[in-house]
Amino acid sequence: MSWLELQEPLAHLPDYLSSHFLLTVAALTVGATISLPLAALVIQVRRLAGPVLAVASVIQTIPGLALLALMVPLLGRIGVVPALLALILYSVLPILRNTVTGALEVDRDVIEAARGIGMTEGQILRQVRFPLASPVIVAGLRTAAVWTVGTATLSTPVGATSLGNYIFSGLQTQNMSAVLLGCVAAAALAISLDGLIRLAETAARRRDPRRALFVGAVLLTALGFAVRVQMGPARAGESSVVLGAKTFTEQYILSRLMSNRLEAAGQRVEVRDSLGSTVVFNALASGEIDAYVDYAGTIWANHMKRTNAPGRTRVLSELASWLDQTHGILLLGPLGFENAYALAMRADRADALGIRSLEDLAPRTPELEVGGDYEFFARPEWRAVRDRYGFRFARQRTFDSTLMYGAVVSGHVDVISAFSSDGRIEAFDLRVLSDPLGVFPPYDAVLLLSPEARKREALLEALRPLVDGIDDDAMRRANKMVDVDKRTIGQAAVALDDEIRSAADDDPT
Amino acid sequence: MISLREVSKVWPSGVCAVDRLSLEIDSGEIVVLLGSSGCGKTTTLKLINRLVEPSAGRILIEGRDVADQDPVGLRRRIGYVFQGIGLFPHRSVAANVGAIPSLLGWQATRIEARVDELLELVGLDPASYRNRRPHELSGGQQQRVGVARALAAEASILLMDEPFGALDPLTRDALQQELLAMRRRLGLTILLVTHDVSEALLLADRVAVLAAGRILQLGTPAELFASPATPEVARLLETSRRHADRLHAMAHPGESAS
Repeated sequence: MSWLELQEPLAHLPDYLSSHFLLTVAALTVGATISLPLAALVIQVRRLAGPVLAVASVIQTIPGLALLALMVPLLGRIGVVPALLALILYSVLPILRNTVTGALEVDRDVIEAARGIGMTEGQILRQVRFPLASPVIVAGLRTAAVWTVGTATLSTPVGATSLGNYIFSGLQTQNMSAVLLGCVAAAALAISLDGLIRLAETAARRRDPRRALFVGAVLLTALGFAVRVQMGPARAGESSVVLGAKTFTEQYILSRLMSNRLEAAGQRVEVRDSLGSTVVFNALASGEIDAYVDYAGTIWANHMKRTNAPGRTRVLSELASWLDQTHGILLLGPLGFENAYALAMRADRADALGIRSLEDLAPRTPELEVGGDYEFFARPEWRAVRDRYGFRFARQRTFDSTLMYGAVVSGHVDVISAFSSDGRIEAFDLRVLSDPLGVFPPYDAVLLLSPEARKREALLEALRPLVDGIDDDAMRRANKMVDVDKRTIGQAAVALDDEIRSAADDDPT
Repeated sequence: MISLREVSKVWPSGVCAVDRLSLEIDSGEIVVLLGSSGCGKTTTLKLINRLVEPSAGRILIEGRDVADQDPVGLRRRIGYVFQGIGLFPHRSVAANVGAIPSLLGWQATRIEARVDELLELVGLDPASYRNRRPHELSGGQQQRVGVARALAAEASILLMDEPFGALDPLTRDALQQELLAMRRRLGLTILLVTHDVSEALLLADRVAVLAAGRILQLGTPAELFASPATPEVARLLETSRRHADRLHAMAHPGESAS
């Protein structure tokens, strides 16, 4: 682990940590505000207890990532709101369950006495059940705090900044120091919150104003810092540019590159990275982000639902008019390189089997295993390729894209889905199989601007030089710097920018 | 003053706990419901402060049907003490005793004075017990606090369900004597449930012997001894009498046992 690997991630720590902290505290506060009255209702109307706890349990069994992702289409937006809503839902169960259980398990004699001397059911709840159940309720709150801190790392892909940014981008770019930093920071936050709640409980139980004051002071200071970090750079009247990026190396490099250029042009920039593929497109259409790089074939197949591939020029022009007409999105231009979905295999294995194209591959598929990233097998391009060439693979396995390359190199799978601009193709001596039937559409990288951002001349000015500025080799070299040579995103972005500038100097047209 | 008229309680399971029971309790009287477990004595007690609702029959307190009264208000006017005591473990002795007065919105000074008055009444020194927690008290002290709490809102009726059941014999005797003294001072009407024959005979103005939800016999202890109405009642009293005779013989070895 090198210092350099940590230095760049560490610069983001105040932003990631404070955002994570605010998300967690807000979710817990709202979660508790919902759970306690709900618990009170369930205790009074006992027959609701079963159904209410069952619903809360079902929500809890939804995997965190899925719950967060579901909130995006449900609310029609990305960012803090869907993340917060999912985390609130997540925090309800432990608080609710512990409150109900604790309150119902209070000594029956005490309840009978309370009723016998003339307390109302509400008074019994507030003055007897809740106070006596408070250690169990607080235990629920502490469980919720730890869970919420953990689950909040998953709010990154829906566009809310969190410590998960370290984990997602670190995993994609193989920067394990960043992953570790994210985990350690999240663990530290969880332990601190847990300790703080425990201390608050002790203070309340012992009626100790000094402890209570300490807890209040720590919490307020932390909240103050977090809010300042989050609000800090926003000065009145200054609008900022929000850039989006998907979850792979090339996207991180390109968003950093654009960010550097925009900042050099005097713009204030925010980057929402590690976003899901559809999340980022919808966010652009709704104006929640201003610009990002997508790939022609992805929009062609996934959003326009087209299954034919009529050639690069037609795809690009139809794409531009479709984006403009249906979403008001501006396709500023292609960047000059392609990052095609393709199938690749180890060159030596391909030679041994005599495979150069997808046509050669088809008859051998019953004895071969294919690996794909999370998206690949669900994409229309895969179905089109599979059906047109008649693939019948013996087995189909899904991997994290980082691990997928390892799997093909070590021979765990024979064929993988690959991105043609990936530096690892060359580094691992893989062969990209040609597509003689032209089933895969062209995947030219295209720079897209939101309906709002396309009106901002300064923005267009700063980004226009990127159009046709990056060729396949330049992009692949930049990706390889990160994925193979273990350089940072920042270094790769600067190197790529230098290439663009020197190419522009050589070719002054 | 308390009047039970043809009261029945049938549980949802079909078990009949109280069967067309009628009983009149005069003001200032101590009536003891005596019977073995399952005879319906606790249920009868709880019907009066509406901890249990009757299936049939009426219960009147000073002429007013309890069914027409708000149960919470009713319970605040009727003290309720039971074997489990059920002091609030998270509150001081003073807060336990003052629980209902503070819910009634009494002024702090009035509550304080009432708490001290009641603690003295049940034989606990206010200065040294006021701020203790229930777990710091012995069983007998806890039950004294329980009685004080039950009387806090100036109740004139006291319902007691095996109140001394869990106490050692010496403490039990002391508390029984104090109960009689307190009842004279405050003019309390008391309905007490027990399965202890001696306790019933020593405390009661009248004893109601219960079995299977019905009253076998109602009368003063002397009447019960003189003319037991059924063989069960006779057997119940016989045990107690034999014990008393043997104890008397042991205590006075010179006298003839006849």
